[in-house]
Amino acid sequence: MTTSVRPATHADAAHRLDLLRQMLFIRRFEEKCVELYSGGEIRGFVHLYIGEEAVAVGVNSALTPEDNIVSTYREHGHALVRGVPLDSVMAEMYGKITGCSHGRGGSMHLFDTSRRFYGGNAIVGGGLPLAVGIALADKMRGESRVTACFFGDGAVAEGEFHECMNLAALWELPVLFCCENNGYAMGTAIARAQAQTDLAVRASGYGMPAWPVDGMDVLAVERAAGLAAEAVRSGGGPHFLELRTYRFRAHSMYDPELYRNKDEVELWKERDPIAALTDQLRAAGELTESDLASVEDELATAITESVAAARSAPAEDVTTLEKFVYTPRQP
Amino acid sequence: MTVTEAGQIQTTYREAMRAAIRDAMQRDDRVFLMGEDVGSYGGCFAVSMGLLAEFGPERIRDTPLSESAFVGAGIGAAMAGMRPIVEIMTVNFSLLALDQILNNAATLLHMSGGQVGVPLVIRMTTGAGRQVAAQHSHSLEGWYTHIPGLRVVTPATLADARGMLWTALQDPDPVLIFEHGSLYNVKGMLAADAGPVDIDLAAIRRPGSDVSLIAYGGTLGKALSAAEVLAEDGIEAEVIDLRTLRPLDDAAIIGSVARTHRAVIVDEGWRSGSLAAEISARIMEQAFFDLDAPVQRVCSVEVPMPYPRHLEEAALPQVDGVVAAVRTVVG
Repeated sequence: MTTSVRPATHADAAHRLDLLRQMLFIRRFEEKCVELYSGGEIRGFVHLYIGEEAVAVGVNSALTPEDNIVSTYREHGHALVRGVPLDSVMAEMYGKITGCSHGRGGSMHLFDTSRRFYGGNAIVGGGLPLAVGIALADKMRGESRVTACFFGDGAVAEGEFHECMNLAALWELPVLFCCENNGYAMGTAIARAQAQTDLAVRASGYGMPAWPVDGMDVLAVERAAGLAAEAVRSGGGPHFLELRTYRFRAHSMYDPELYRNKDEVELWKERDPIAALTDQLRAAGELTESDLASVEDELATAITESVAAARSAPAEDVTTLEKFVYTPRQP
Repeated sequence: MTVTEAGQIQTTYREAMRAAIRDAMQRDDRVFLMGEDVGSYGGCFAVSMGLLAEFGPERIRDTPLSESAFVGAGIGAAMAGMRPIVEIMTVNFSLLALDQILNNAATLLHMSGGQVGVPLVIRMTTGAGRQVAAQHSHSLEGWYTHIPGLRVVTPATLADARGMLWTALQDPDPVLIFEHGSLYNVKGMLAADAGPVDIDLAAIRRPGSDVSLIAYGGTLGKALSAAEVLAEDGIEAEVIDLRTLRPLDDAAIIGSVARTHRAVIVDEGWRSGSLAAEISARIMEQAFFDLDAPVQRVCSVEVPMPYPRHLEEAALPQVDGVVAAVRTVVG
């Protein structure tokens, strides 16, 4: 594999501050979601990404706007850092017409094809074949895009995962498989579900380069994703990253968390990717308290405004209920 | 191929289907065929015989036995702008891809708020009659008609085998084409310049005034044979070929029943929860006061398909059964 050195600017202070800002953006957005959910303003399933932010931010940072993303039901973070407008994501949480999926999808089905963000798939493993197909289309047309496909450790137990690993490797498709291994398939610990818990080993059995990455370190994720994406883009076939991470919150808002102990959660919280990068930047003298305060202020303002906009946005008229089932026909 | 003075050629259902695929491949370079044994083997039912040599392995694409992955890849490729024809060897194996068909192909347009169209065509063989027992004899097209977002078509004639595919490829939404296994060897005359046909309307294959015999796909021939038998006794059956099972052409069905005042539906699916049940309900809802007798259904007996010929014949709708059902409502 040829390794391209990332541009120096990516290591500089401004870039690192931007990575921090993006992670904070996801976290503050989701903390607001918790508040809104508790207040009954948003409903349905809401799967929080809190604790896993370094994965979305690091991977997205290694992609170009021409690349494709296929994601899961825990995708607020992927959508936001991809540039799906905050107001449209928040409006989607409210099921409003101004939502990024016209309000029809909700938290689990965020879409924005103008940013090549192909959802929000809420069947575990269900997005993998789509990513394979999008990459197949790109390859057949000679496009040099990478399709980044996010999924969790739970998906590795699905037959579809293995079908897709095989097909992508067999056809040498430009897919970057990003396995967000947070240790639990809903409430089932990985050791209780997987005979081989070293998930990169599973993927490497299909003949594709695969390796584990510290998913709590945004710079490590960005570096690994950069190498892998570059290799995929230059015709190296599919690559697989096992991004080892942890969700600090429950699986969804309905989960009483009976399956894991609080000590384990606390232990992982000590590796909070946001706190880690903040400490690192402070120690290097690259982050002042006023920098941080201004980032927080800016995010708080934007999120507050997005809530206000979503609240006042129109609800879809029920007479349009059957819209988007079939494409309107030209007479 | 000899063209008669009337501008017709002798052909088979299989050859007509192959001509349709060839024509589509020539007309649109976004079209490709993908499935198990479609290439080197020439197709399980020899539909794609010779096409690999003509179009090459990129566009006549053999897949591993991974129904979920290659159907999902077809969906992904369609989302990305290609026009895939995915061949599932038989409807029996489509169950391995049902999640992709229902949760992705039929649903993406809606849950993305109209952004993600899936212009995909899936072809598959359906039906019994070849003594291949319980796992290879299903007629599940009726199941697929339950799903909003899909269009389901059943070519029963040479003209429809030749003409439905191109129209299906022009459809912006997913179309499922069910080809009854008993039809591939059917021979007949077809216009040398036969081309695309509509995939919206039912067709009256035999006009009659005494009873509406409603059939499709593999049961059309049986309905027509029954009509000949009945004609000897002076009973004139109108035989309707549904052609498209979703959306159903209610106007054609109700129009016929309004003329004949009697209806018998011939459907190879199991009786309970069948397409025949749906049609029967629509007739009751829309033509109740036109009816002179209860609607009758001739369906498959509710048993997994047995292997012995005489038991299989007893399980399937047959001409005698159709004739007997008509006699219960006429007179």
